[in-house]
Amino acid sequence: MSNRVPLVDYLVLDGEPHLTARECTRCGARYFDRRNACAACEADTFHTVDVATEGELRAFTIVSFAAPGIPVPFVAGVVDCAGTSVRANVVNVPADPRHVRVGMKVRLATVTVGVDAAGVEAVGFGFEPAS
Amino acid sequence: MAENVWILGIHMTKFGKHPELDTVDLGAQAAIGALSDAGLRMRDVGVLAAGNLMQAAASFGQQLQKQIGQTGIPVFNVANACATGATALRVAIMAIRAGETEVGLAVGVEKLSGAGLLAGGSRVAQSDTWSPRGRFGAVAALDGRIGTETMPGVFAQIGLEYDHKYGGATFELFARISEKNHAHSTLNPLASYQKRFSVEQIMNDVMIAYPNTRPMCSANCDGAAAAVVVSESKLRTLSLEQQRRAVKISASVLTSDPWQEACQVLPDVNTLTRAAAEQAYEQAGVGPEDLDLVELHDCFATAELVHYDNLKLCPTGGAVDFFNSGATWRDGTTPVNVSGGLESKGHPVSATGIANVWEIATHLRGEAGDRQIEGARVGLAHVIGLGSACGVHILEKAV
Ligand SMILES: [Zn+2]
Repeated sequence: MSNRVPLVDYLVLDGEPHLTARECTRCGARYFDRRNACAACEADTFHTVDVATEGELRAFTIVSFAAPGIPVPFVAGVVDCAGTSVRANVVNVPADPRHVRVGMKVRLATVTVGVDAAGVEAVGFGFEPAS
Repeated sequence: MAENVWILGIHMTKFGKHPELDTVDLGAQAAIGALSDAGLRMRDVGVLAAGNLMQAAASFGQQLQKQIGQTGIPVFNVANACATGATALRVAIMAIRAGETEVGLAVGVEKLSGAGLLAGGSRVAQSDTWSPRGRFGAVAALDGRIGTETMPGVFAQIGLEYDHKYGGATFELFARISEKNHAHSTLNPLASYQKRFSVEQIMNDVMIAYPNTRPMCSANCDGAAAAVVVSESKLRTLSLEQQRRAVKISASVLTSDPWQEACQVLPDVNTLTRAAAEQAYEQAGVGPEDLDLVELHDCFATAELVHYDNLKLCPTGGAVDFFNSGATWRDGTTPVNVSGGLESKGHPVSATGIANVWEIATHLRGEAGDRQIEGARVGLAHVIGLGSACGVHILEKAV
């Protein structure tokens, strides 16, 4: 039995950690959530695809006020992973505009979320500077 | 084509703290003010469109009728995020265009004083063992762990995305946009704040979500606005004075966001705003160069920049240069947010989409006092609610 669970169902921890997306079989639109149909073309069949683990930071913010339990400041952003946009925190970097800039190259990294009463660790993800 | 619709009466309450007034009190103040401005009474009105988000399930429209006039007319209670007020107005206009009535009343009100950060919604209840929930199969709340759902953070990213695409959108530039709006508000007695800030003060204030500091965020406050709209044929039966002060609604548009790559990852406020602007210019038969003033949805300083571009006030990619030219200051070629905008006038969410229209109408009537844009004949009011909904109204002075 695994003693680790992913924070979300589209994070794969086995082997090299990576994200997956639900890709519309008709138009190729990609989604991370459970789907009823494709918002772009209305088709209702999807297959699972792997998302590139390296990308470019397209937008970010440094959040200083957040929900209880979330350490601040932290960097939130959108990463362009070879054409698939991913929402994530930027991790392993000082939360400071001198160290984070749009256009920077980043790669997927896993982060711990916590351990539950049964001793199972939840593992999340972020993107860290690639160079 | 359906006949033109006109604003006959319009009113905005003081924005700010109103601890002694409840939601219905504020709504009633705006509605009675608009009716009085129109020279009509509730019994003349054929449809009521009512917007309020904080009590969205409480039939605010009917509560309002019980205080100001129960005449049996249909009530549409609407909720459309920060575009709620514009949606209410749009509903009243549509009823007239459809020929169902000659007179409509739209009201928007919110009490937000003291409300904290407006955050997102994926706060799943946490159990003592991880169990996947919701559409992402999440074992814990995602806000803050997978990006941010807080409004200041979302709009901060939207601003920096523009910087990534076109360059030049620095922290200081966003602070200077905020400086402009706060400076404008010193002439607006109805604004929540009427205080000028220096760029340094803005940049050194409390950081909320980089690059948005506190004065660069919309001000939570209480307020209401209401408008009485009439068909052109009804207007022509009214007094010359009523006709002279009436303001023509040359365009009324509401859009939602069409699917784009990334739009479900970071809200895309651009595509639907561009679509709304294009439809509005087409309907009105005017172009951005014809606008004497614009009230746009500066829920954050970072949002104002992208909407210069989205509303086609500047060439694509040219918003930074456009702002740097001074065009959007009140003495510039396209004054933007001479009311002080949401950052300084305040943002009582459901009131905002009618209050922006009130600001434009007041200038077109030549009744804006110290902050009057001289000779204003055409103006545009824009709001956006995340989710998303975008409302654009173009107004013209009566000839
Ligand atoms: Zn599709």
